[in-house]
Amino acid sequence: MSTTAHALRRLATVEARLFLRDPATAFFSLAFPVVLMAVLGAIPALRRASADLHGLSTVQLYAPILAVFSLLTLAMNGLPPVLAGYRERGVLRRLSAGPVRPALVLAALLPLYLAVAVVSLLLVTAVGLVCGVPLPRQPLGFLLAFVLAACALFAMGLLVAAVAPSGKAGNAIGAALFFPMMFFSGIWIPRDLTPELLRRIGDLTPSGAAVQALQDTWTGHLPHGVDLVTLALFALGCGAAAAKLFRWE
Amino acid sequence: MAVIEVSQLRKAYRGRGVLDGVDLTVGEGEIFGLLGANGAGKTTTVECCEGLRRADSGTVRVLGLDPVRQAHELRARIGVQLQETRLQDALRVGEALELYASFYPRPRDPADLATQWGLGGLRRTAFGKLSGGQRQRLFIALALVGNPQVAFLDELTTGLDPKARRETWELVREVRDSGVTVLLVSHFMDEVEALCDRAAVLDGGRIVASGTPRELIARAGVAGTLGFRPTAPLDLAELGRLPGVTGVTERDGRVEVTGTGGYADEVTRLLAGRGIVVTGLRIHERSLEDAFVTLTGRPDRAEQPDRAARTSRTDRPAVADPDRTAARRTR
Repeated sequence: MSTTAHALRRLATVEARLFLRDPATAFFSLAFPVVLMAVLGAIPALRRASADLHGLSTVQLYAPILAVFSLLTLAMNGLPPVLAGYRERGVLRRLSAGPVRPALVLAALLPLYLAVAVVSLLLVTAVGLVCGVPLPRQPLGFLLAFVLAACALFAMGLLVAAVAPSGKAGNAIGAALFFPMMFFSGIWIPRDLTPELLRRIGDLTPSGAAVQALQDTWTGHLPHGVDLVTLALFALGCGAAAAKLFRWE
Repeated sequence: MAVIEVSQLRKAYRGRGVLDGVDLTVGEGEIFGLLGANGAGKTTTVECCEGLRRADSGTVRVLGLDPVRQAHELRARIGVQLQETRLQDALRVGEALELYASFYPRPRDPADLATQWGLGGLRRTAFGKLSGGQRQRLFIALALVGNPQVAFLDELTTGLDPKARRETWELVREVRDSGVTVLLVSHFMDEVEALCDRAAVLDGGRIVASGTPRELIARAGVAGTLGFRPTAPLDLAELGRLPGVTGVTERDGRVEVTGTGGYADEVTRLLAGRGIVVTGLRIHERSLEDAFVTLTGRPDRAEQPDRAARTSRTDRPAVADPDRTAARRTR
């Protein structure tokens, strides 16, 4: 269907422009991770491998955390307010009244957000290279972990968008989930420095599992089963719940 | 040829009946007005035609298509302006028009449409910065961007100032003249009177009258008033015996005649015959608004009809009934 393809291209372009016009989400998902990576990398001590960090450097430790930070921002601060706001304003309803399905919005938004996360990851990786962080040593495992992490976090964002009655509510619920998930990702205290129990719990959260799986594959290990299963379960569970609960009007 | 055919449409929300057997026929190339108080079921009727709502029973055909089962095919051929929708605040006028144009197989040129609807200078303006009137014009333009055969316009001129309303009416006439059938939902009587070729009055979930605005006024039998100051003595009793005249009063030399039908012609014929010159002539035309009040039995009603309201419909003027049968016959 060429009309649908044309419509999707237009919609994706429009969504991309709207994304860039929303400074907060664009900054935190696209610019903040690479800037933080560069700041950390500018400090010589943080580029050196440390015995406390199992022979990794701080920048190496933060690279996967920042990749997850970008996904988390898009999933929790991007999707819920945008989609719940579209529903509240009647944008989805207006689309329903035309010949395209409103689900086309998702077909435009999700690839866009994934692309933003990938660009952010590439920027972080590039700065990492300069600061002595090698490219992921287990590329296939890394790719798998990244895709699963994106699926799990975006599914959670869609679930929040499904239950939030308004754009503002979507924003609030998203933010309320964002901070604990940031904590488990280890952005404040790297996971390797937290007590064993907390790390075990973290492995069962999507952000903790995502960081662990990305870190393992980045440094050349195989990803742990528990992390991949956690991500897959969140992706499937939240995805199914979102599909069931999502209302277009 | 009928472009929209609705028969015996029924719809209830949580057991509360909103539509109770609506019958409606809209011909090709006309501006058809759907009138009714708030909550009369206008929007529900239109949404059933657009395929946004599924009726409990009854049939709806738009361009010969079933709006629910053939939704995709139909929506490429209709244009819709919805009540109370907003676009994304950061979305610009030109982007919105181009986006919605991309959904249709044979769209209008977004730039032409923007110019036609007075949005030419606003193409780079974000939706959030538009005034109420500008937003309204954008939504009308979006309803037309797909080059539709039928346009559904819900509360067309809400939020527009008097000048903008008149300009909008002129543009809607142009839309009609280009061959588009327009279904207009409104609670503004002056708008329907000025713009619509035909109209139907929805009340208590049913069509209680339909016809041209003039016919609706005539059928409602609403009295008009003719006032003047005769320059020569005049026999008031004789005026009162004229066909259609329902009352004559005189105060301080000023005569007021009320009546229905062709009463005004009769009065002027009598005056002319007697060679009586009059001054200060004033005619209060019966408006559609007067007719609406008579047809629905009240000026406005905010609530949905409940059982009590429905049973009280027997108190309504008898004129509503022949009208309803007339509406059926035209199907």
